[in-house]
Amino acid sequence: MDLFEYQGRAEFARFGLPVPSGGIADDVDTAITVAEAAGYPVVIKAQVQVGGRGKAGGVKLAENADEVRFHAGNILGMDIKGHVVKRLFIGNAADIAEEYYASYTLDRSAKKHLLMLSAEGGVEIEQVAVENPDALIKLYIDPVDGISLETARQACVDAKLNPIAVDQAAEILVKLYTCFTEGDCDLAEINPLVLTPTGNVLCLDAKVALDENAMYRHDWAEYEATVLRDSRETLAHSKGLQYIGLDGTVGIIANGAGLAMSTLDVVNQVGGSAANFLDIGGGANADVMAGALEVINTDPAVKSIFINIFGGITRGEEVAKGIVEAMGRVQLKAPIVIRLDGTNAEEGRTILANAGISADKLISKPTMLEAAHAAVALAK
Amino acid sequence: MAIFVNEHTKVIVQGLTGGQGKYHGLRNKAYGTQVVGGVTPGKGGTDVEGIPVFNTVAEAVAATGADASFIAVPPKAASAAILEAAAAGIRFIVCITEGIPAQDEAKTYNVLKRDYPNTRLLGPNCPGIISPGLCNIGITAGEIALPPQPGKPAVGIVSRSGTLTYQALYELKQQGIGVSTCVGIGGDPVPGTAFIDVLAEFQNDPETKAIIMIGEIGGTGEEEAAEFIKAHVTKPMSAYIAGVTAPAGKKMGHAGAIVSGGKGTAQGKMDALAAAGVKVGLNPTEAGELMAEIVKSL
Repeated sequence: MDLFEYQGRAEFARFGLPVPSGGIADDVDTAITVAEAAGYPVVIKAQVQVGGRGKAGGVKLAENADEVRFHAGNILGMDIKGHVVKRLFIGNAADIAEEYYASYTLDRSAKKHLLMLSAEGGVEIEQVAVENPDALIKLYIDPVDGISLETARQACVDAKLNPIAVDQAAEILVKLYTCFTEGDCDLAEINPLVLTPTGNVLCLDAKVALDENAMYRHDWAEYEATVLRDSRETLAHSKGLQYIGLDGTVGIIANGAGLAMSTLDVVNQVGGSAANFLDIGGGANADVMAGALEVINTDPAVKSIFINIFGGITRGEEVAKGIVEAMGRVQLKAPIVIRLDGTNAEEGRTILANAGISADKLISKPTMLEAAHAAVALAK
Repeated sequence: MAIFVNEHTKVIVQGLTGGQGKYHGLRNKAYGTQVVGGVTPGKGGTDVEGIPVFNTVAEAVAATGADASFIAVPPKAASAAILEAAAAGIRFIVCITEGIPAQDEAKTYNVLKRDYPNTRLLGPNCPGIISPGLCNIGITAGEIALPPQPGKPAVGIVSRSGTLTYQALYELKQQGIGVSTCVGIGGDPVPGTAFIDVLAEFQNDPETKAIIMIGEIGGTGEEEAAEFIKAHVTKPMSAYIAGVTAPAGKKMGHAGAIVSGGKGTAQGKMDALAAAGVKVGLNPTEAGELMAEIVKSL
């Protein structure tokens, strides 16, 4: 779950990281109120979950209320790479002497935590990694041990941070690590981490991604409420379905994440495009199937529906009964092509054939590839 | 010979009295697996259809001589269950639990590595392991797996995805090809057992003559496997990687199936495997057909 910057700042603040004062605003008047409270000069930042907002004009400095009115008015409603700005963060604009970069992630290859630290912050870190790899310190941390203040200090020295900044930065790295681990982050990134002319080290930005699997032990309702979802995804989420909206014309239902991904691929391979990813899990009972069909039915782009089921423990006849029942409950706009294979698939196909559903509404194909061809042909 | 588990493997089920544990534990027993006990704190002394239940793994091991454990407990309890099994001397742990926080998983992995180097964890978030005809631990439907056929070469399967694993088993069965062992390593970011661990076992197993590998987007497991294959695997292989069309930055059902920062793409993995001499299919059926051709030529 990706957080907006202001939410990332809230997480940082919770773990004692130094973030400049400020707040959020959804309209110009509130922006001015927040700016007055934060103290001028202020920085006004578009809250979007996409990089490059500064270049797009989504970050501006303001010295007074008039400037806040002007810039906030411009930025609200701005389209940044398809993301419309609905919310601003307005914070006291710290003077900047130097900009650094710090982040923690899980390195899946090393199976350890990875600290990345650089004295060259404020730019895309991928760019630093390519153009000046020596400027980027990579430190692997055993999750059993964590990071000590001493290790963090040495990392700051190795990364050639200004000696004035080292003590504060080391403390920040330790706190950021606690935020990363105890806060159940997939990513905790500060870019830039700045040194002010008066010798303070501050987190000027916060990029945080949380691990949904840890939701049960946190109060993330507020973050969950702002997750970006289109109308299809919102409906699917409310039904507890694993759904991701895409922009093709073939609706997809499959059991199992791997099979669902594979179904998208096969549709693409035969010249079509999927309207969604949808994994209904190992089984395929009528309730889940009906919910899945309902979600896909709301998508105006869908011209055909490809149901791809492999029966393992769930037997083919049970799956078939579920589909027939679900079709009775949902008035579908698009025809279904089904590939039912695995345990008792033959019995399942017989049930589908004898269910009294007209042959142009429900087409059964024995293999994934044949079903994909049929579904794509119907979508054209 | 099967790898990791066989007819001598004695299995306990942690969570045997829960819904999943009971259902799959009894299925595994019905398949012929030696399911010798269950563990549920507070329910020691009871039994589940004749299978004795113990309060702790240590008690279960002492009473039954179990050397493997099947963990079917909720995400909150899974890490502790894994470490309890390791501490009790279990050598092979299968954890099917989906939804364990990544931070817990990373910590558990490193504790196992440091304190219990002789314990192997399969999963979490995996379908389990089946050595057809001998032992089935996990949620695989045993009837879709064909045991090795006398006089014919047997194939090993290793996969990150459940349903695609079943699909592979099923397609080989349709072609009359037996399977030595089918290992589901699971779809999480920090799997206890990696592709290379399984490939090394298959390479050393005289019964396994060829290997099918099923990967998906995210992480670097397939790329590491490709390097390993180049250096150490002489047996012919076919492979399939799911997620060619998956959008970047989205977790595709599995917690570990995500393309981030341009890394972990299906194309990159397919290219790496092809460069290592693996025959890569564009869909699971094709990978199965490629394997059928390989087996014919053996």
